[in-house]
Amino acid sequence: MTTHNRNALAAYAVGFIFAIGLGLSGMTQPQKVLGFLDLFGHWDPSLIFVMGGAVSVHFVTYRLIRRRPSPLFDSKWHVPTSRDVTGRLVIGSVLFGIGWGIAGFCPGPALTSLATVTLKPWVFVGALLVGMLIYQRVEKKLPGKN
Amino acid sequence: MTIESVLAPLAGGAIIGLAVSLMLLLNGRVTGISGIVGAALKPGTIDWKWRVLFILGLVSGGAIVRWTDVTRGVNSFVDLSDVGIVPTAIAGVIVGFGTLMGSGCTSGHGVCGISRMSPRSLVATVAFMTAGILTVALLKAIV
Repeated sequence: MTTHNRNALAAYAVGFIFAIGLGLSGMTQPQKVLGFLDLFGHWDPSLIFVMGGAVSVHFVTYRLIRRRPSPLFDSKWHVPTSRDVTGRLVIGSVLFGIGWGIAGFCPGPALTSLATVTLKPWVFVGALLVGMLIYQRVEKKLPGKN
Repeated sequence: MTIESVLAPLAGGAIIGLAVSLMLLLNGRVTGISGIVGAALKPGTIDWKWRVLFILGLVSGGAIVRWTDVTRGVNSFVDLSDVGIVPTAIAGVIVGFGTLMGSGCTSGHGVCGISRMSPRSLVATVAFMTAGILTVALLKAIV
């Protein structure tokens, strides 16, 4: 098998496992996400354990894995190295938070929910792609850097 | 809070942690879902195939969650929110634009970035959490 096919197969497996984690976690239920963000109302803290569980595992595995000279299916690492906190980073993240707070969907859970064949996840994902294409169209005209 | 309301999110989170660890170990990459989707919109690049297959993995994993009991009784796709289609569409556009502008979402910044203590991801996560909390509070106040 070529390297690219191995990378693609690995990515498929990661996506598959990720979706099962999301389904179990509650992140695919918009009311849970909105309840989690409702800090000043009827706060539902359960989703804090999703990030807690994920970070607890990856905090350890990240350090173990990075002891290797390279990943198993590639000759080098592709982990971001930038440390610059930019205007785009902050403004983009604030925009993302606003959208997350309106609908209770972020990209991963919305894609995972497509299989339900209900209207809302499909509308969200379609709109998500539109928003991304708009950003890619205007990116070069915006001041600052990523 | 019940034991289920802690254990299912914790187990789901741990599985997500394992998934992103597998991506790092095998492909040497961060599992940033918005970045993967954004780059998949540009076909023809050498990395296009793995990105599309990752997305297919998410969708088919969702199908398994939907059509089997792999989540052991957790009703993963019950949507009790009263958000309408129009606000959902507006939110989707804002999330798409914002996650590319901010170089990440919950997975890339919130899980992968926090785990490696990236200063950019720490700032991004605080920013999107704060914005989400204020948005929910504001919408409850005016709607």
